[in-house]
Amino acid sequence: MLLDIANLSVAFDTGEGTVQAVDDISYRVDAGETVAVVGESGSGKSVGALALMGLLASPPARVDGHVVFEGTDLAGLDDEALRRVRGRRIGMVFQEPMTSLNPLLTIGRQLTEGMRLHLGLSRREARDKAVELLTLVGIPEPASRLKQYPHQFSGGMRQRVMIAIALACDPALILADEPTTALDVTIQAQILQLMKDLTERLGVALILITHDLGIVARYATRVNVMYAGRIVESAETHALYARPRHPYTVGLLASVPRLAPSDGRRHGGRGGAGEGGRLVPIEGQPPDLANLPPGCAYRARCPYAIPDCASLRPPLVALEDGHLSACLRAGELPIASAATPTAISAATPAAVPPVASSGDP
Amino acid sequence: MTSYILRRVLGAIVVMWAVATLVFFMLRAVPGDPIAAMLFDAGDAAAVDALKARLGLDQSIVVQYFKWFWLTLQGDFGNSIYGSRIAVSRIIVEALPRTLSLALLAFVIAMVIAVPAGLISAVRRNSALDNGVTLFAFLGLAMPDFWLGIMLIIVFAANLQWLPAIGYEPLSKGLWPWLSHLILPAIAIGTPFAAIIARMIRSSMLEVMRTDYITVARSKGLKGNTILLRHAFPNALIPVVTVMGIAVALLMSGAVVVENVFAIKGLGRVLIEGILNRDYPVVQGAILAVSAIFVFANLAVDLLYGVIDPRIRYD
Amino acid sequence: MAIRDDIADTVPGGADAFPPADGTEPLPPPAPGALRRFGHTLRRDRKAMFGAIVLGLLVIGAVFAPWLTPHDPNAMDYLFMEPPSLTHPLGTDDLGRDLLTRLLYGTRVSLFIGISTVAIGMVIGVVLGLLAGYHGRWIDTIIMRYVDLQWAFPNFIIAVYLVAVFGTGLTNVIIAISLAYIDDFARVARSMVLTIKEEQYVAAARVLGASDTRIMWRHILPNTSAPIIVQATVSVSYAILAEAGLSFLGLGVESDTPTWGLILSDARSFISRAWWLGIFPGLFIVMTVLSINFLGDALRDTLDVREVDGAP
Repeated sequence: MLLDIANLSVAFDTGEGTVQAVDDISYRVDAGETVAVVGESGSGKSVGALALMGLLASPPARVDGHVVFEGTDLAGLDDEALRRVRGRRIGMVFQEPMTSLNPLLTIGRQLTEGMRLHLGLSRREARDKAVELLTLVGIPEPASRLKQYPHQFSGGMRQRVMIAIALACDPALILADEPTTALDVTIQAQILQLMKDLTERLGVALILITHDLGIVARYATRVNVMYAGRIVESAETHALYARPRHPYTVGLLASVPRLAPSDGRRHGGRGGAGEGGRLVPIEGQPPDLANLPPGCAYRARCPYAIPDCASLRPPLVALEDGHLSACLRAGELPIASAATPTAISAATPAAVPPVASSGDP
Repeated sequence: MTSYILRRVLGAIVVMWAVATLVFFMLRAVPGDPIAAMLFDAGDAAAVDALKARLGLDQSIVVQYFKWFWLTLQGDFGNSIYGSRIAVSRIIVEALPRTLSLALLAFVIAMVIAVPAGLISAVRRNSALDNGVTLFAFLGLAMPDFWLGIMLIIVFAANLQWLPAIGYEPLSKGLWPWLSHLILPAIAIGTPFAAIIARMIRSSMLEVMRTDYITVARSKGLKGNTILLRHAFPNALIPVVTVMGIAVALLMSGAVVVENVFAIKGLGRVLIEGILNRDYPVVQGAILAVSAIFVFANLAVDLLYGVIDPRIRYD
Repeated sequence: MAIRDDIADTVPGGADAFPPADGTEPLPPPAPGALRRFGHTLRRDRKAMFGAIVLGLLVIGAVFAPWLTPHDPNAMDYLFMEPPSLTHPLGTDDLGRDLLTRLLYGTRVSLFIGISTVAIGMVIGVVLGLLAGYHGRWIDTIIMRYVDLQWAFPNFIIAVYLVAVFGTGLTNVIIAISLAYIDDFARVARSMVLTIKEEQYVAAARVLGASDTRIMWRHILPNTSAPIIVQATVSVSYAILAEAGLSFLGLGVESDTPTWGLILSDARSFISRAWWLGIFPGLFIVMTVLSINFLGDALRDTLDVREVDGAP
């Protein structure tokens, strides 16, 4: 087990109160594995990643919990020790390729500085390795590109450079925070495929943070779904899609447009818009993290909510075989063959009437 | 990049021309008669005409302009009306190095103080040091430079007797004499300049430290100093370089007044004396010289951009 | 006339902001609570509070000067060059005039010059900026060329030159100094116009047939007031320093009105012997400018305006 995050919490003390951006999350990553962390904006997924690396500014942020990486608890390390891990054992790829590179430094410099610092390579050795890396990520004419500046690269190419930088010191783990969100759809697939190939080939573990369920299905082996700073469901990918065990996941899957009929039919059209089916958005708004209600954070938008949901915070419980869910009614989910859990009142906690959905093939 | 340089140089030349023309016409628009001021008996028509003819003021304004323009291009600024009728160009050539020395020294002193102050201020934000620097910056901008000059004279020259109060010694007479005469006025002029630069560096650094590429640099595990000095600072300098162009204006304005206080016969002093004596050729020449320094300083700043920012170089 | 619901929300003042084009309605109110927020900022920011207090005292001093001191600013006494004492709290100058009185009267002149120059410069600059931003094309180019030219130039030297050419005296000084602000105000106004021009409610107004001037005046101008106010505050301090400098050089107002610069200038040869003649006028200037700058900064924070081109 490469990375073991246990009870990680991040709180921000703002003028308006304390915002609990990440609330007691735990998950694991094995060597070489690709794990996805899925959630909407404000779910705490990015903050969690930054906290992992110790990149959050400490006075406004308060980080608690344990992050055991290669046997050492990163949370307990001082800044200097943490610095040696960053870039060297853990690489990071960020969301915005247009602003992630220093406009005043050459690409070569930005690639080699980490290597020269962490691996002690000479200028020539680092340069050669940089050329290799650029070739690896698919940038043509790498040698001449080294002397160029970021503004001379397109968005997709810059992201490839970012990946190269992340891989530069042969890390064991890469954190990718929405690596393709800012890219054109056509480039997205390329970059993701590139990352998948490289991580498999080099045996590097990957934590893929995204809001896009489509990406998750294809590239990750495990998925952690986050909502309001908490992990609400955690499972192997195909298990999650086959049988989502948390209302939020159900809702997410219902709102994803699908073109391929096969998946929809296999799952009985549940939770999905089969071809031509209606997309069902999740009602309501994400919660205010400074004023979370007691109990389940998703309760206000949940069509399956029962009175208990308001008082207890559902713990993350293991159901079958590595499939965890933080829902009191996880065992019942998904409800029968209902494709659209609409208009289910919280006052009728018992049977959910099977809704004849317009999307049912 | 070459087109960038060319455009800037061209722009500078155009500005100089515009300034010169403006100066010419404005002086001619003066109410009141410079001629009358120069003669004992303004009523003597013949004398007036003669003087006018000699000064070329009897021709049409357009002719005067072209003549003047042509002469100016050749470096002939006319002669001082007042006193010994020295060629204005000679007055300027003598005064120029003094003002330049002063401005340059002020610039250096200001930068030496402001850059570290701004950096520390940004890095140790809201600490006592930061507040101190901010306070100093505010004070620096609130003090009239001539007042600061006077106070400096009182403390360092009159009371402590460490430095001379007035006058100027050229470099040829030795480093210390030159320096000692210029330090106090340089501090007086440089203080508001330093204040602006320090604050600008601070706010610019704060902005830069929030950028994505700095977060990326940190995620690479680079050392703090490397990030600060090799990644953040060069980027922070860009807006500062812009401000420097304007701040040079402060230096020049300051020089005008401070030279007066410290009795340094630089351009500022020449300008003021010319004004008080209604010595128009001198005023004209001095303004042109000041503008020239100014325009070229800005040109240098613009070219500096090209050096710092590769986006301009490789466009 | 029916306003689409989605536009109505974006218009300050709601659906009522759309005139049936006759021009008699009152202007929309400034940002709600801005004054209250400023009060909050004042309380939190000690510098701003200090600035407000000092400025308040100075204004009171200036307005009530005749009642506050028993002396006449020009009254000469036999007690010349007296250090601060009970009868003359700040001492007297070489002609026996009471320094405190002169400084208080000088406050009037300085404040007057500060406000009037800024007002003039603001009006001209803002109009130019509005025109440039709104109409674009060649008007914009011409105006901005001029603004760029002036922006880089040392305004003080221009002021010196103007006073030299056109003579000294209060009016000329005011005009000379006012010119310095045109570039800053024009830039601020223009950039605000450019941002606002693209907003929905302007497009809506145009569709409803409002004329250009009307749009500029009723819709754009009220929303540019925040940065303009900040710019105005910041500019006043320049006026005070510029006037002091001009007077010091002998290029300021007539010598019977005591201005701070003039007081310093008169005292120049005596300062080494009479320290109070140098320190106090300077202190007045410094305190005033400092207070204005503190307040300006606080205003900028409240109204959430980013620094225009950096110079504080």
